[in-house]
Amino acid sequence: MAYSRASAAVHAPQPAAVERSPGYWSNVWRRLRRDPAAMAAGSLILLLILMAVLAPWITPADPFHASMLRRLRPIGTPGYPLGSDELGRDLLSRLMLGARLSLFMGITPVIAAFVLGSALGVIAGYAGGMANTVIMRTVDVFYAFPSVLLAIALSGTLGAGIFNALVSLTIVFVPQIARVAESVTTQVRRSDYVDAARASGARSWTIVRVHVLSNVLGPIFVYATSLISVSMILASGLSFLGLGVRPPEPEWGLMLNTLRTAIYTQPWVAALPGVMIFVTSISFNLLSDGLRSAMEVKE
Amino acid sequence: MTHPDPAGAPPLLRLRDVRVAFGGGGKTVQALSGVDLDVRRGEAVALIGESGSGKSVTLRTLMRLHPPRHTRVEGEIRIEGQDVLAMSARQLAALRGPVVSMVFQEPLLALDPVYPIGNQIVEMIRRHEAIDAKAARARALSLFERVRIPSPQRRLEAYPHELSGGMRQRAMIALALACQPRLLLADEPTTALDATVQIQILLLLRELQRELQLAIVFVTHDIGAAAEIADRVAVMYGGRIVEQGSMAQLLQAPRHPYTIALLKSRAHGALRKGERLDTIAGSPPDLAALPPGCAFADRCTLALPACRERVPGLESLSADHAVRCLRADQTIGAIP
Amino acid sequence: MSATVLPAHADVGGPAQPLLSVRGLVKHFPLKQAPWQRREGTAVRAVDGVDFEVLKGETLGVVGESGCGKSTTARLVMQLLAQDRGELVFDGLTVGSHRLSLREFRRQAQMVFQDSYSSLNPRMTIEDSVAFAPTVHGVPRAQAVTAARELLERVGLQPQRFAGRYPHELSGGQRQRVNIARALALRPRLVILDEAVSALDKSVEAQVLNLLLDLKAAFGLTYLFISHDLNVVQYISDRVMVMYLGEVVELGPVQAVFHRPMHPYTQALLRSMPSMDPAQRTEAAPLAGDPPNPIDPPPGCRFHTRCAHARAICRQQAPELRRHGPHAVRCLIHQPESGYAASEALT
Repeated sequence: MAYSRASAAVHAPQPAAVERSPGYWSNVWRRLRRDPAAMAAGSLILLLILMAVLAPWITPADPFHASMLRRLRPIGTPGYPLGSDELGRDLLSRLMLGARLSLFMGITPVIAAFVLGSALGVIAGYAGGMANTVIMRTVDVFYAFPSVLLAIALSGTLGAGIFNALVSLTIVFVPQIARVAESVTTQVRRSDYVDAARASGARSWTIVRVHVLSNVLGPIFVYATSLISVSMILASGLSFLGLGVRPPEPEWGLMLNTLRTAIYTQPWVAALPGVMIFVTSISFNLLSDGLRSAMEVKE
Repeated sequence: MTHPDPAGAPPLLRLRDVRVAFGGGGKTVQALSGVDLDVRRGEAVALIGESGSGKSVTLRTLMRLHPPRHTRVEGEIRIEGQDVLAMSARQLAALRGPVVSMVFQEPLLALDPVYPIGNQIVEMIRRHEAIDAKAARARALSLFERVRIPSPQRRLEAYPHELSGGMRQRAMIALALACQPRLLLADEPTTALDATVQIQILLLLRELQRELQLAIVFVTHDIGAAAEIADRVAVMYGGRIVEQGSMAQLLQAPRHPYTIALLKSRAHGALRKGERLDTIAGSPPDLAALPPGCAFADRCTLALPACRERVPGLESLSADHAVRCLRADQTIGAIP
Repeated sequence: MSATVLPAHADVGGPAQPLLSVRGLVKHFPLKQAPWQRREGTAVRAVDGVDFEVLKGETLGVVGESGCGKSTTARLVMQLLAQDRGELVFDGLTVGSHRLSLREFRRQAQMVFQDSYSSLNPRMTIEDSVAFAPTVHGVPRAQAVTAARELLERVGLQPQRFAGRYPHELSGGQRQRVNIARALALRPRLVILDEAVSALDKSVEAQVLNLLLDLKAAFGLTYLFISHDLNVVQYISDRVMVMYLGEVVELGPVQAVFHRPMHPYTQALLRSMPSMDPAQRTEAAPLAGDPPNPIDPPPGCRFHTRCAHARAICRQQAPELRRHGPHAVRCLIHQPESGYAASEALT
């Protein structure tokens, strides 16, 4: 048969190794490294995460040690470098420990929503037709609610507490991620290489696994990272309203709430948890923007 | 200050040793390495070449369309005697439209999708001339009639996407002619069109050339399309013109090895069944790393060591035939 | 080694049987319209009753302009779209039947697309892209990769240089070679080339055309070659099919169609080719206007609105594809019993 003749002729000993080009993600990382804003933001986030992880061991004072005598001391008070809160606890220590919960509640719902939302969106995008309609219109119902309102309503229904807050935030973000996932998947679905894969007899699941996911997860991931700051702020908001974290656990949003009344007597101290939320959110946003730019360039 | 050419009339367009380099991102790409070209009033010249030859860059440089930050242009470009490279932004704006205008390959990308075509033509006219909207609209209508768009009144109010491909291209030609330019630059205007529509557009351009004494510079990779419209042709390779001459001469008696190879590699009906096409070995030069000598030397069957040492000059073989090749004496009679 | 991993396809029907038989293929794309919108038609009638055969070992060229349905036909043959009506018979077996499943058919028919860039997954290396299809059919990955490298060599791309690269690092011509290698990875019998060389520079096009001829001889392939470039089609095809507005209007041996075209549209199309002789340029466009929209085809013969030979009968009666030996044409001029001769001319 013609084929065996052709390949027998080429049946020489294996030649020198194949040159490998750097993959897509190494190129992204290389471009990201050259973006000073993204690198600064990324380093800051790493520092914050490090601080959060090591907090129980590195806080200068006990974050739970209250002292009514030393309430609301200003910044720079000896023993209280960033002042003390309304119960006399060291603010610096509480901010450091508070990073744990704040970051956790910012990142976890986004990760969960990324997994769920991507699954829904990719299925809807690839299957098309009735499956797409059913999934996306259901998603639209949730998407129609403003996120803050939805988060509060869900939290209120489920009750206060960290786990319930995480669940409600996840539910808030799933529709947003699902929409992006569906949109990107639909585009990829239409490309010729997916048609070529279908034409080679591959089954849908194989095509999704091999061809669709690698092209789709990137953009969805970038979008998801931009949601982290939103999630942190929403989580802080829920704690502020008493729906998320409960005292005496330190969490930046909750701290903003409890320090509310001190805004007239110690404004700088009262603002500090807000400053932390702000700085962290901006850093995530900058990192997300940098990631998007790094991924966008088509060489 | 115009320099009269031997025929007596000063050339409408004059390019002398034009070099264009694109920087940015670390490496410099030398898109044009010394282009000389004259175009007279009412003359149609075709620029033929493949990807990377510099033909589109030449057109865009004529109107200084490249972003100035990353582009370096050297040499002399004169349109009606004026030095284009020395023009201020204001002078350039006065040049684009009334003197020179351009027609692009894909009208959908070149026309604004949110305005009806009529509005875009009127806008162009009123930008350059002080006439009222009604008169401008009347002129737009007569332009549409000139380019033979059926039901012109109705089509003036259409959006670009509502017209078919051929009509869109006619509309773009009408837009380009709105301010009565003397020079029309056409960048692959028929490449994206069906064969039956392409011939209509080529005929239209030829007719306009005759009626309006319009000079046309027509960039294409399709020698057939160029043959239908051009009086003279310049073949580009690696950012230089390698052969220039009348259309008849280039088709029947080409002398540059690249031109010959290009003509021979065309598939056409006269070939016998199963006969392989003559191909050009190798691939186009890397414009970021041009060799010191002739850019075609690596792919040329006639190349000598001398070819690689320095760039050959453009030598005249006759009054209207010039070739940039040291081995041109070897290529007589290459096309039977 | 690599060739015996995938079982060779058996020739079922012998040389006389067409490799592919397309009968009565219809595909309409319905237009979504709101109830209050009034439109001329309700669907884009992209392919409207297409019949043809592809003989074993031949190259069948398909020409036509925008809206003629040639690309849709290609996708229907590959079953990337499901047809509304009509059947495909591959070497005597109906595609989709229990004797020839769709999956098995897809091993025997492959396609090369026009856009070389979008046909390749930007996140996969070249060798992975070529090796993908065999792995789908059970070939172990290591062997598929080895076979892929051999194929890359066969299409003129050195595996050491190219196998580990990504699509954006290759030129258009190189990518198209990769696409050809990918199409051959399953050892198909039929390869559909949908404007496969249209987007390439002329000199690169020549190289790829030579490659296609070599591969056809080496692997015993059959080609369905779709193109708008009449020169290339004339060069490479054995028989050629002309399509207009979703129908086949002429079909026959390439020299017959190019030198003695019977259908007025084919004649106009051939006269639209540039003359390549500056002394004898085309003076008048053979066909006025643009190719019409397949949403609402004209009644009777679809070409009558632009036909120089149209008569009143052409508006009323739709011609059928009539064979005159190996040369078939869909035109009332060649259907004597239709009453064309007696009908009066349309002004």
